[in-house]
Amino acid sequence: MANEVCLRTLDLERPWLLEQYQSRGGYEMLKKVLTEKTPPDQIIEEVKKSGLRGRGGAGFPTGLKWSFITRNAPGQKYVVCNSDEGEPGTFKDRDILRYNPHQLIEGMVLAGYAIGATRGYNYIRGEFWEPYERFEQALEEAREAGYLGENLLGSGFDFELHAHLGAGAYICGEETALLESIEGKKGQPRYKPPFPAHFGLYGCPTIINNTESLASIPMILEKGGEWFSDIGVKNSGGSKLFSISGNINNPGVFEIPMGTPFSQLLEMAGGMKDGRQIKAVIPGGSSAPVIPGDQMMELTMDYDAIAGAGSMLGSGAVVVLDDTNCMVKVLDRMSYFYHEESCGQCTPCREGTGWLYRVVHRIETGQGRQEDLDLLDDVAGKISGKTICALGDAAAMPVQGMLRHFRDEFQYHIDHKRCMVGAG
Amino acid sequence: MSTTVAKDVNELFNPEVRSEIDRWIAKYPPEWKQSAVMAALRIVQDDNGGWLTTELMNDVAAYLDMPAIAVYEVATFYSMYELKPVGKHKICVCTNVSCMISKADNIVEHLEKRLGISFGEVTEDGRYSLKEVECLGACGGAPMMQIGQQYYENLTPEIVDAILEGLE
Ligand SMILES: Cc1cc2nc3c(=O)[nH]c(=O)nc-3n(C[C@H](O)[C@H](O)[C@H](O)COP(=O)(O)O)c2cc1C
Ligand code: SF4
Ligand code: FES
Repeated sequence: MANEVCLRTLDLERPWLLEQYQSRGGYEMLKKVLTEKTPPDQIIEEVKKSGLRGRGGAGFPTGLKWSFITRNAPGQKYVVCNSDEGEPGTFKDRDILRYNPHQLIEGMVLAGYAIGATRGYNYIRGEFWEPYERFEQALEEAREAGYLGENLLGSGFDFELHAHLGAGAYICGEETALLESIEGKKGQPRYKPPFPAHFGLYGCPTIINNTESLASIPMILEKGGEWFSDIGVKNSGGSKLFSISGNINNPGVFEIPMGTPFSQLLEMAGGMKDGRQIKAVIPGGSSAPVIPGDQMMELTMDYDAIAGAGSMLGSGAVVVLDDTNCMVKVLDRMSYFYHEESCGQCTPCREGTGWLYRVVHRIETGQGRQEDLDLLDDVAGKISGKTICALGDAAAMPVQGMLRHFRDEFQYHIDHKRCMVGAG
Repeated sequence: MSTTVAKDVNELFNPEVRSEIDRWIAKYPPEWKQSAVMAALRIVQDDNGGWLTTELMNDVAAYLDMPAIAVYEVATFYSMYELKPVGKHKICVCTNVSCMISKADNIVEHLEKRLGISFGEVTEDGRYSLKEVECLGACGGAPMMQIGQQYYENLTPEIVDAILEGLE
C-alpha cells in the first residue's frame, strides 16, 4: 500500500506533465465537481471524514480548518499553499512539486471551490528553483487546458493561482509570517487571534495548508473520505509522506500508511549504514524531541504512537542517528539553527534561543559547568508557551528531549571535557 | 547643493529586468505592488552579479512605490539577498543535522582548502564565494550544496572537484 495518494504517478516517465497526469485520471475530480456543481459543504464533509490532518507539522484537521471560513461572506478569499519546507529533515514537498505539481494544483482549485475562494498562491521556498519551474510549467499547462482562470469549464467558477518565491527564512514556514512575506514584508509572525480564516492574506479570509495536505484532496474526493481514513489508523487517517535521512543506506521519501511500524520504514530505507547500531531517531523534523533507537524500533508511525513516546510526528521528517554520533554535537547544531532563525520579535524566543545555543555550545566545546544542565532545563521551560509563534517551542523541545534521554552524554562532556562517543 | 535628481520610474532598470518585475507585479492585486518586492530584489540582484547595492534597493523602492526603508528591511531579513559582492559562483553548503551527520564537515573542509577561503569569503579572482546555509530540504541527498539555482547532492570531495571543474 505505498504511493497511493501524492506519489501515485511516480512510476510514470514524466509524471509532471499534464497529459501524463490526466492518463491517471488527473483533473477528473475537478471536472466532476464543476459539472455536477457538488455542494461545497459536501466536499468539506468528505475531507473531514478522511481524517486528513495538516501535513505541515501541527496536524490540525484539514476539513475542520476549512469549515472556519464563512463561505458566503462578501469579498475576496484566498487559498494559500505552504511549500516553504524549511523544517530541518523535511524534503517531501519538493518531490510533490517536482513530480506531481498538477495534483497540487487540482487540490488547490478544489479547496478554493469548497471555501468560496477565487485566488490562490503557492509559497515556494526561494532555494527550490527547479521545483518552482516545474510548478510554473504546470500552471501554464493548467491555464491552457481551462483548469485555471475564469469560468472554469463553463461552470461560472473562477480560480487564479500563482507561485510566490521565498528568499531564505525558516520562519516564513509559520503561516502568518508566510502571509506577511507574500505581502512584501519581513516574515514576522502575527499575533493570533485573529486567525487567517478571518484575517489572512491582505486582510481577507484565508486558508493555509501544506503542499501534501492540498495534494491529497483530489484522491480523497475521488475515492472517498472513508477510503483515505481506512488506509491509516485511529486519529491518523490516510497515508503520509515520510522523508527519511541520516545514517541509513537508502534515504528518500516514502509514502506509506499511517501506523506503519518504524522498523518497516527503516527497512524500506535500506537499514542502517555500515551495519551500525541505531542510537536515536528524530521522528518529525528537528523540533521533534529525540527518541532512543531501541524505543523507536517498537513504535508505529502515527500521531498517537509518536506522541505517546513524548515526541511528535510533525512533518514526517525522520532523521536516523547511529551510534557514532555525539548527541551534544547534534543538539549544538540544532540550537544554532533556532537561534539563527528566530525573528527576534519576542524576548523569550530571541534571548532564550541565544542562551540555549551558547550553553549547549560551551558544553560541546568542553567549557561546560555543572549547573549548565539545570540552566538548559530552566531556559527551555521559560520559552515554552510564552511566545507569539511556535518557533520558541520548536527550539525548546529538542533540548528537553535530549536532556531527558541522553543526559549522561552531556554530563560526560562536562566532567571530561570531551565526547563519550568515538575519539572526538 | 547636492541633490539627487529623482529618476524617471520608467527608465529604471533595463527592459528585460523591468518586464520580469512587471510579470511578478501582475500576480498580485493592483494595490499590492509591494508583494513583488521579493521577486524584484532577486531579479535585480541576479542582474547585478549576485548582490544588491543601496542604489538598486532604492530603485526597487521607487519602482514599487515603497518607502526605501521597507525595501532595506526585506533585503536584510532574508538570507538569499547579498549586501556585499559574492563570487561569480556562490557555493552554499548545508551543514544542518542530516548533512552534518553525513559528513558535511569533509565537504566544507575540502572546499575551504581547494578555494583558500572560509565561509563568508570570496576568492581573490572573484570566481567563488562560500556560504553556510541551513537545511535546503534535500536531506535525502546529504551532504549537499547549492550553486546558483542548482542543487548538488550525495557529495564526496571527488564529486565536488568534478562539479567545480565543470563550472564556467
Ligand atoms: C517556525 C515554523 C515553521 C514552519 N514551517 C512550515 C513549513 O515549512 N511548511 C509547512 O507546511 N508548515 C510549516 N509550519 C506550520 C504552519 O504554520 C501551518 O501550521 C501549516 O502550514 C498549516 O498547514 P497544514 O494544516 O496543512 O499542515 C511551520 C510552523 C512554524 C511555527
Ligand atoms: S517565537 Fe521567535 S520566531 Fe516566533 S514570533 Fe517570537 S521571536 Fe519570532
Ligand atoms: S540537512 Fe542538509 S539539506 Fe536538510
